[in-house]
Amino acid sequence: MADSAPRPSSSVKLVLLGEAAVGKSSLVLRFVNNDFQENKEPTIGAAFLTQKCNLPTRTIKFEIWDTAGQERFASLAPMYYRNAQAALVVYDLTKPTSLIKAKHWVAELQRQASPGIVIALVGNKLDLTNASAAAAGGSSEDEDEESGGAAGGDGGDESGDARKISTDEAKTYAEEESLLFFETSAKTGHNVSEVFTAIANAIPETSLKSTRGPGASNAVSRGGDEQRVNLTGPRGDASKDSCAC
Amino acid sequence: MRTGREDAGVSRANDEEHINANDGDDTPPPPLPPRPLPGPQPNHEILIAAAAERPSLQSKPTTAVSSMSIQTLSFPDGTRGTFTSGGDDPSAKGSDNVVIPGDLASTRGPNAAPDDLDDSMSVATFAPTLRAPGDLASLLGGAISKRSPAWKLLRLQSATIQPFETMRLEDDPTLSEFPKEFDGIPDETEKDWSDWDRLVVWKSKLKHYMILSSAGKPIYSRHGDLALINSSMGVVQTIISFYEGAKNPLMGFAAGNTRFVIVIRGPLYFVAISKLGESDTQLRAQLDALYMQILSTLTLPTLTHIFANRPSTDLRRPLEGTESLLSSLADCFTKGSPSALLGALECLKIRKSHRHAINNAFLKSRADNLLYGLIVAGGKLVSVIRPRKHSLHPSDLQLIFNMLFESGGVKAGGGDNWIPLCLPAFNNRGYLYMYVNFLDGEVASPTTPAGAHSIHEETAIILISPDKESFFTLQQMKDDVVAELQKRGSLDIIRTAARQGRPQVAEVAPGSQISHFLFKSKANVQFCMSALDPAFSDAVSHRRLMSLYHNMHATVHAKHAHLKVIHSVGTDSTSLAWVTPIFEFFCIAGPNASRHVMTQGANRVIQWAKREEERLFIIGGGVF
Repeated sequence: MADSAPRPSSSVKLVLLGEAAVGKSSLVLRFVNNDFQENKEPTIGAAFLTQKCNLPTRTIKFEIWDTAGQERFASLAPMYYRNAQAALVVYDLTKPTSLIKAKHWVAELQRQASPGIVIALVGNKLDLTNASAAAAGGSSEDEDEESGGAAGGDGGDESGDARKISTDEAKTYAEEESLLFFETSAKTGHNVSEVFTAIANAIPETSLKSTRGPGASNAVSRGGDEQRVNLTGPRGDASKDSCAC
Repeated sequence: MRTGREDAGVSRANDEEHINANDGDDTPPPPLPPRPLPGPQPNHEILIAAAAERPSLQSKPTTAVSSMSIQTLSFPDGTRGTFTSGGDDPSAKGSDNVVIPGDLASTRGPNAAPDDLDDSMSVATFAPTLRAPGDLASLLGGAISKRSPAWKLLRLQSATIQPFETMRLEDDPTLSEFPKEFDGIPDETEKDWSDWDRLVVWKSKLKHYMILSSAGKPIYSRHGDLALINSSMGVVQTIISFYEGAKNPLMGFAAGNTRFVIVIRGPLYFVAISKLGESDTQLRAQLDALYMQILSTLTLPTLTHIFANRPSTDLRRPLEGTESLLSSLADCFTKGSPSALLGALECLKIRKSHRHAINNAFLKSRADNLLYGLIVAGGKLVSVIRPRKHSLHPSDLQLIFNMLFESGGVKAGGGDNWIPLCLPAFNNRGYLYMYVNFLDGEVASPTTPAGAHSIHEETAIILISPDKESFFTLQQMKDDVVAELQKRGSLDIIRTAARQGRPQVAEVAPGSQISHFLFKSKANVQFCMSALDPAFSDAVSHRRLMSLYHNMHATVHAKHAHLKVIHSVGTDSTSLAWVTPIFEFFCIAGPNASRHVMTQGANRVIQWAKREEERLFIIGGGVF
């Protein structure tokens, strides 16, 4: 990611939220170090990491708050999302309660976070579903057949398919709430960088100006009057393109 | 402790079980005559120049084993294995089936006495202590150590046998299962395992820790998922509550050579079940550490509040995600931790001037809202800065070190960590916020690839603040400290020292036959030890060594034992413990080492520790 091109560089504060053990830290680890650890120990408190993301016209430096999902840390969450420009709300495709928790986080973010915050809903652990074999290939052409498989997988007891939340269900919700939507696997790396790239693209230029350059991380001051970004139109396409579901 | 009657009742119940299994008898040893309470410690003359009392860096450990809290006794009458047997309650007067000690040893069969710890504590162990108390000169000069030149020569020939070298694993029924101690138990998803098989594996574990609420809800068990052992938890709860109801809390009991110790803290019951031969006091300290870990997660008011509102609360939810911390703490005790045993910290050995420079660099960049700043390398403390009014408690540091260096949850994520935690010995009512950064990720030295560092060699900066919003301030401080340390070359010094590890005995006391030693400076609440490699690097020999240390520690700290020196000869090892108001010293040598050689070696190590005191230990630390 070392890039000396004179592209304008700007910092984006991003926060990860979601139930415990859905794979927030694993997504970050995949994005930052391109690494994966089986049976990773739970995050305690929160971890702060940075990673650059190169776009054709600019470089985005993500300042990532990877929070712990346990209930007892919930009261600390506002500290992390307060000035965030982007949020990754993660759920576990194989665990229905985790989507409910994700919806709570989305509601809280919409209520309390900066008005222009870009929210991405991410269903993780795609490798545990039937679609994984095809998805690991990273191609998006087989979207239809996978959707079918996912719908059938709702029962959840088919051999090898642990999926409990259908793509349609989550996607419909994401569209209603104007969220970016991805299904990822931190284990295989499928769709992980796409999530961050899509977020980087979705951050409006205007909100980047005030945070240009490193070191401005803790002084994120953005106009509260900023318009809420409408994510439905082009965003829906983006998710269709890059998500193999 | 408890009254003898109930306790004896429990013992009897277990005896019946034991007879079936072993066709033997296992009863508490005969009651001892009452002993006088320990008076003020006599001020013994110490051969080594006494270190001046210094202002201690740490306040006294809150969970540390102190002589005043010891409740176990070792019997100088040759009753062996008293630490694991039910008989180490000196107040047990109600036992009606008295067995003479010799008989006891013979009937206990293969699974009781013959592990090395018991052997090392032979009758002769206690002989020297009957002489002028604590006077090593008499120990050295006694006629008993005078040997003919031929004998000495013979000694020299044979002395190269390492401790435990002659032991084979299969001769040691207790530890033969130890290599499998930390293996998981198959859970219900494994179809070819029946519940019965799983229970057999569960029972084969040498050490269990269980935590349950007073309402009987399981909270934590080191081994086995809670579904498997729910019924065992129920039994434990019933037994404990019975005694609770009688306002006569149960402290512990024994079944065969398994010791059960119970600690009740507010609404929580802690149970340790050990076949490893620790004393009750040591097990109790371990359980207290687990309690501290829970407090560190929840704080005392929260814990109290949870159970005041709903006594039947399932505490697993609020504690979610900390099981690994409890387990790594528990495993640390099961493997044997000198730090936990001595209630002391280990510091990285660097030159005084280097430490001074690091302290100054640290103090120079200090952020306003900093409470404590620590630099830790390879699990050893390098530097501390702290406010004048506050000191750090070893028990709190133990929790931090466990979180950072043993459980791996923090390191695995990478980056900077911001962790709310309660340091119960500092203040159990509120949270502090801990900034943690592992340095090696960023400034890996060019010669070693970043991945080559084991977690035990890594350098971490820990900054603790009461202000939860101070992350970026502390991050800035870390950057400043690292820049300053880099400029002064201190980082390389730290890294080199961490890589060097602990000193070999041969460097400390050349020519001595000592294989390993522990030295605790009481005033500094810190300890140092020699390298475990190569003799004690595998899990079993490490555990043997630690068991021996635990046994010696328990003996010298026994409430009514006015022991200052123990020299203990066994078939597998020779060990020496020496306790003064300034230091505690434990060492071990091969079975053929003579007492003369041992004491000489001990003297040399102690002189070394005295000479190197300001390198080995942090004295005061940086104060602001």
